[in-house]
Parts: sequence; structure tokens; C-alpha cells
Amino acid sequence: MATVEVRALRKHFAGGVIAVDGMNLTIEKGEHLVLLGPSGCGKTTVLRLIAGLEQPTSGEVLIGGNPMTGLPPRARQVAMVVQSYALYPHKTVLGNIIFPLKAAGVDKADRKRRAEAVARQLGIGSLLTRYPRQLSSGERQRVALARALVRSPSVFLLDEPLSNLDAKLRASARQDLKQLQEHLGATTMIYVTHDQDEAMALGNRIAVMERGKILQVGTPQEIYHHPANEFVATFLGSPPMNLLKRDGYQVGFRPESLLPKGTVAPSIDDLGLDVYVRRVEHVRSERHVVGVVGLEDVVAVLPSTVTAPIHPGQTQPFTVAGRNLRFFALSGERIERGRE
Amino acid sequence: MSEPTAVGTASKAPRDRRYLLDRERLLAPLLLGPSVTYIVALIAVPFLIAITIALSDVTVGDSSYDFVGLQNFSAIVEDPIFRRALINSVTFTAITTALVAVLAMILSLILSANFRGKWVVRLLVLLPWTTPAALSAVAWLWLLDSVFSPIDWVLRTLGLLHGNAIYLGRPGLAAASVIAVQAWRITPLAAVIIMAGLAAIPEEITEAAELDGAGFWRTLVEVTIPLNMPVIAIATLFGAILAFTDMTVVYVLTRGGPVDATQVLPNWSFIRGIEGGDLAQSAAMAVFLFPVLLAAGIAILRSVKLMEVR
Repeated sequence: MATVEVRALRKHFAGGVIAVDGMNLTIEKGEHLVLLGPSGCGKTTVLRLIAGLEQPTSGEVLIGGNPMTGLPPRARQVAMVVQSYALYPHKTVLGNIIFPLKAAGVDKADRKRRAEAVARQLGIGSLLTRYPRQLSSGERQRVALARALVRSPSVFLLDEPLSNLDAKLRASARQDLKQLQEHLGATTMIYVTHDQDEAMALGNRIAVMERGKILQVGTPQEIYHHPANEFVATFLGSPPMNLLKRDGYQVGFRPESLLPKGTVAPSIDDLGLDVYVRRVEHVRSERHVVGVVGLEDVVAVLPSTVTAPIHPGQTQPFTVAGRNLRFFALSGERIERGRE
Repeated sequence: MSEPTAVGTASKAPRDRRYLLDRERLLAPLLLGPSVTYIVALIAVPFLIAITIALSDVTVGDSSYDFVGLQNFSAIVEDPIFRRALINSVTFTAITTALVAVLAMILSLILSANFRGKWVVRLLVLLPWTTPAALSAVAWLWLLDSVFSPIDWVLRTLGLLHGNAIYLGRPGLAAASVIAVQAWRITPLAAVIIMAGLAAIPEEITEAAELDGAGFWRTLVEVTIPLNMPVIAIATLFGAILAFTDMTVVYVLTRGGPVDATQVLPNWSFIRGIEGGDLAQSAAMAVFLFPVLLAAGIAILRSVKLMEVR
């Protein structure tokens, strides 16, 4: 239970790489913040700076209001799970989970009891005598979580903990993490991922990062529906937001807002578009309409409730409801609608 | 209809044009050849000759071969100097190896640390190993000189010593000197081997220990050393064999003296065979401990393999 504050944080690596470029961020007590960004945007470095595995070039990290500059990880009361899990290969599952308690000087009977309790909570209670190499990747991930949680850390850092799992397992592991979050309630959690679905599912708030900078911080809904700029608009959503260039600005709308004319109740500020349909893809129950407006590509995602026939090779009228339109300057920054 | 044949020859042609070194049946013997020749000529043949001679009565003066069975072995076992040398060899090796294991571990940790000028330090540390044993032993001979020892001089200046320590002239001190020089000589090699093992430990694992709140000692004892055990065992095995088989240090420093207090098997074998001329007994001594060394080597390698599987 602690706030984590990052002030004017910078990290330069040898060779002129700027991994974190003047970052400010406050994560409240018990909040679950997701750092989302493409690979190489510096999100892992931020996590390592908070954990104390790296020291910042300038700026500072505060945990619970106390500056952490120069302090090693063990003085920070943080726990971290990394992508590879980094389990101790020569220790059993129990040995792995107990290790942080040993280091903290918890007495023998107590640490065994606590380790077993955490293991049971994570559903690995029957694996305690196995070695990491005898476990599946999903089980390893749970051991890594158990090892991190056994100390009841005040800050819990997760660096892409699901990316080593296969697609099916990842979905169920995400559900488990979500459930774990509810258990942990009061623990501040910072979760790093490049996967927007994970970010949407797991974050109270999402911070979108690119090139060492935070572009936008907000709830999943805010980030998705009101992106602060072109990068956020196109990074989130699959397929991403459509952007059309108009005189001196860009107009953006989500693919699911682009619907055949007549399927939505018309209003005066609707945007009407004549879309030349190239092809229709069936994705699960949806239809993805890939088309062109003028010379610009657009994609429409039609839910199964929209049954209007779409014919590839023909130009058909589509509309976007006015409230679903977003405007961006050519530089990429968002233009507030009222100011136009 | 000429096309199919053209295609046929085209698909066959590249096979014939394969480079000489692409042919595995040729490449394997070619690459292995030099080392096999070397091992056979300089290790296998002399070893077999040593066994043959050990079972004969060959001396420098009378090189005619007469088979005498195990007579030489029973003769050397009766010899009190041989027994002294055997005990010394085993104890010196044991103490040297223990020292090497500890010192090399410390040294490898220092060398793996990141600091300014570590390349210079690494080079300096490796010097004892790169210097020929005979040369460095002579340097130590001077350092341990009974009258002019600089070590004595320093100790006298500090008021810790009156007169001379006479390192090589007193049985206990002479043994300690031999062990110290041996450890000094072997530690760098063992340290470099262990250092390679340390470098192979994933950084994530040591970082995990750091995040789990483990301090230097806990990380060392519970993570670094266990993960490095196979490499440490190999380094120690190397060190033990080097210490056991070396005669240079003893030969240069003490020649086995005073009164055989530092006599070891390789040196005694050399003195009997080359200086004393009794080739047969010398060879018997040389092969005497081969089975024991072999067994020890196999045992250590086995345990290493077990540890790796885990």
C-alpha cells in the first residue's frame, strides 16, 4: 500500500539511447496502472527504475512519498515478476516461494505456512516439491507470482508476465490475474504490456508510452474513445481508428462507428462517406469491411446485428454518427471540437 | 526432349562441385587428426612406455628389458621416503585445492565486478598462470631466501620478526611455502574458469534475488554458488590435478627437503629416475597413483553431471 510517484524521470543509456525522456506520473495507493506501449518505448526501463534495478540519469522515484534515489531494490519493498519469470532453477517451487521470506528473516514455521497459503491461493499447492524445469509455462508463471506476492509487497510490478504463454492460456491467465487483483485490493500494481487487450482488461488507468514519453493517461474508456493524439488513436483498437485527411486537419472514427447508411438514426452532424468495398472478412461473428474513401483506406467493423448486405467491388453509402467523430491536427495532436 | 536431361544433370552438378570441406567424411578426420596425433604421440605412447618400464628392471646403466612383474611396486612401497612423499602429495594437494577453491571464488567475484581498469587487473591476476612455473618458482625462491628474503625484511621493519624466518629450511614453514606458492600459481586458472561460469548465470536470476531482498551473502550462498557448482567442481578438479602432478615448485624451492619434509611423488620419481638412474622404480612411482586419480576424476565428473541434470 503505497503511492508511487515518478518525477521528471530520465534514463539515458550508453550509446545515446534515451529510454525514458522526462516522465511524470503518480500512481495512487491501491491503483492498478498499466504502462502500454510498443516494444522499445521504455516501459520496462520505467519499471526497472521504480524497482531500483536501474538508477535514473535524472529525476526521481518516490514510493509512499519517500525519495528512493540510490536505494537498492530490497530497501524499496517492491516485488516484480518478469517476462521470463527468472525462477531459481536449483530450488524447488517451495524453495523459490520461500526465498523472499528467508531474506526478510521470517521464522521457519511462519514462512512455510505463508508460502503454502500463497501457493494454494494460486492453485500450485500440489507442485511444491517440483523443480521449475518440471513445470509448464503457465505453472512457472504462477510460481513467479507466488514468489512475488508471498512478502505482501507494497508495490507489485509486472513486466509482460503473460507474453510467454500461448494464446489460449494467456486468456485464462488474464482472468486469473484479474481475480488476483480483486484479492490484492490494496496493493499498488504497475503492469507493463504491449498488448492492448491486457491493458484494457487489467488497468484502472492506462498510461500510453512512446519513445520514453507518456502520451496519455486515463481510464481504458477515455484512452479508447478520446485518444489524446494520432499515435494513441492508431495504437489502440484492432483494427485501429480510421483517419481521413481533410483541409488542414484529420478526422478519425473507430471502425465500429462506420456503419452502412440507414443502420443508425440520422442526425445533422453525421459524416456521410461513399465507401468502395474491396473485400469483406468474417472475424468471429463480425464482418470487417475493408474499403477505400477517395484514396484513403478505411475499415468498418459490423456487428452481427447489422445485416445490411455488403457487396465487394461496389461503392456503398456509410455514415459515422457525429458524436463518434474525433479531430486531430496534421501534427497528430487532438483538436477539441468546440474550438472549431 | 533434351530438356529433361538438362534438368537431370543440373541437379547432379552442384553435388559434385561441393567444396572439399563440405564433405563430412573427410572433414571430421581432417579436423580431429592433429589433436589425435598429439595426444597419441605425447600422452598415450609415453604412458604405455611408463607402464612397460614400471614392470621391468630397466635402469640408465642397463637398458636391457627384463620383465619383473610388480616387483618395483612392492619395492617402492617399502621405501619410507616414498611413503613420506605419498602422504605429502595427498595432504599438500588437499590443502592447496581447498585454498584454490576459496581464493578462486573470491577472485572470480572481484574480476566479474564492474569497475574502472578491470582489464588491467584481469591481466595482472592472470600473470602467475602465464609465467612458466620454473621461472615463477625461482622468483619465489628469492622471495623466500633464508638470508635476503624481502618478506623477512618487511616483517622485521614492522617489528613482527627478529632475525630470519628461514622459510625453506624448517619442515613446517617449508611445507607451508610450497603449498602457498602452489595455490598462488593455480588460483588464477581456477578463477578464470569460475568467472566464465559466473558470466553464464542469467542476469535476471541475480536481479530476482536482489528484488527478493537477498543481500550479498545470501545471494552468494543460495544462488550464485549453487548455480555455479558444476563449474566450481571442474575448476577444483583441474586445480587438484595440477597440484598433484606438479614437480617444478618443489624441485626449485626445496628439492623435497629439508629431510624430505616437502618430498612429493612427482619430485621423488624424478630424483629416483632421472638423477638416480633407476628408471623402472621411477616409472612405477609415476603410474602408482594413476588408478586413484582416474577414479577421483570420474567421481567428480559424475557428480557434476548429476548436478547439471538437477
